[in-house]
Amino acid sequence: MIKYDYRNIGILMIGGSAGSLKVLFDLLPDLDEDLGFPIIIVVHRKAAADSQLESVFEKHTKLKVLEIEDKMSLEPNTIYLAPADYHVLLETPTELALDYSEKLHYSRPSIDVTFQSGAEMFGERVVAMLLSGANHDGAQGLKYIQSVGGLVIIQDPETAEVDFMPREAIAKVTADCIIKPTEMAKFINKLAKTANNK
Amino acid sequence: MEHAILRDDELDLLFEEIAEKYGYDFTLYSKASLKRRVSRICMMDKLYSFAELRYQLMHYPDYLQRFVEEITVNVTEMYRDPNFYKTLREDVLPQLATYPFIRIWIAGCATGEEVYSVAIMLQEANLYDRSLIYATDLNPTVLEKARNGVFSIRHMKQYSENYIISGGKKELSSYYMANYDVVKFHDKLKERVVFSTHNLVSDASFNEFQLIMCRNVLIYFEKELQHKVFNLFDNSLEKLGYLALGSKESIRFSSLENMYRKLGSDKIWRKLH
Repeated sequence: MIKYDYRNIGILMIGGSAGSLKVLFDLLPDLDEDLGFPIIIVVHRKAAADSQLESVFEKHTKLKVLEIEDKMSLEPNTIYLAPADYHVLLETPTELALDYSEKLHYSRPSIDVTFQSGAEMFGERVVAMLLSGANHDGAQGLKYIQSVGGLVIIQDPETAEVDFMPREAIAKVTADCIIKPTEMAKFINKLAKTANNK
Repeated sequence: MEHAILRDDELDLLFEEIAEKYGYDFTLYSKASLKRRVSRICMMDKLYSFAELRYQLMHYPDYLQRFVEEITVNVTEMYRDPNFYKTLREDVLPQLATYPFIRIWIAGCATGEEVYSVAIMLQEANLYDRSLIYATDLNPTVLEKARNGVFSIRHMKQYSENYIISGGKKELSSYYMANYDVVKFHDKLKERVVFSTHNLVSDASFNEFQLIMCRNVLIYFEKELQHKVFNLFDNSLEKLGYLALGSKESIRFSSLENMYRKLGSDKIWRKLH
């Protein structure tokens, strides 16, 4: 059911909304420390600055966690969190940029915006994963990733606390893999091992 | 969502031509945002190729104004990041109060929501009558909106909440008149404001200030241009003056880093020398 792939992975991007934090907190502790690529996480949250999220994530992973600041450089084996109220873009393959433009799907950060930017920067070297949520965001971004040959992974809606977002995505793209939260960490670790990053 | 209509080399060529013909220089703007904005305006205006967009821009100078307005981001809020305004109100204004005359520059003010936010705070601190706010932006059209002080009523609930968190003791509604779906802020709030076009890329320093606010503007600039603008701000700030940036912006790694001291956790720095 899960197919593994031998591409050199440039970046893993994870998007989620309602019900996605629990999935992340379950999968992050099991991720290998030497994945060989950076991870960007875009989770919808309230604009009111709860910068606590960075320290909460730190408790759940061996990887370094950073909340994204303007023009931050991208390093492998590091988790980059989208800050509240900014869209996250890739300026170059190794530099992030922020953008305060209009909300998309009532969201800023928008998952679509980051997925599209990652797809443009890395093409088929992108892996994108969409989790639980109650919003249209992410589906179009996955479609874009698929169009450049990137890998599309969607949380199994049966396992999602809110299944609207993964169902929307499944209706729009043919996922390379529909996956349960319990299998996610193993899948990512295996992808990293079979990739040519190291 | 917009697919990229222009390739990177086409985008570079277009912006070089615009700089040469019109003097608006976007060549050191952050490419990631710029590309999205250009795709967006192409979709809105039904220009489906580089050639069509280029023709439009090169042959219709009037179109340039719309283009500039749409590719720059003019999204703003009143009391954006209310805790930042709380620090401004509690820590910065009392210092500014020690000056006989207060000069503030709000650079890249867009439609002016932050200008009215600051004007209200100055009034509440009894500093307004001896203050002068220079509110600048490169877009004449958005400056006109700023000058009008008319905003959609839709956002006022959010702005009132922000105002209260920032330490506001009154009702935000006591500063405006509501009329159907818009509100108009009292004219008094712009009596001490000079609205003027200024392009951070190409225009020079024009005064010395005790506070410069430039929030969520530098995120659209490449590092090289950021450094240039930091120097412009440094040349425009008095000794012990304050520089306030957006919540994810920083003077770290710039030549200013060692000459400024950061105030707590907010993005406000004080010039030391």
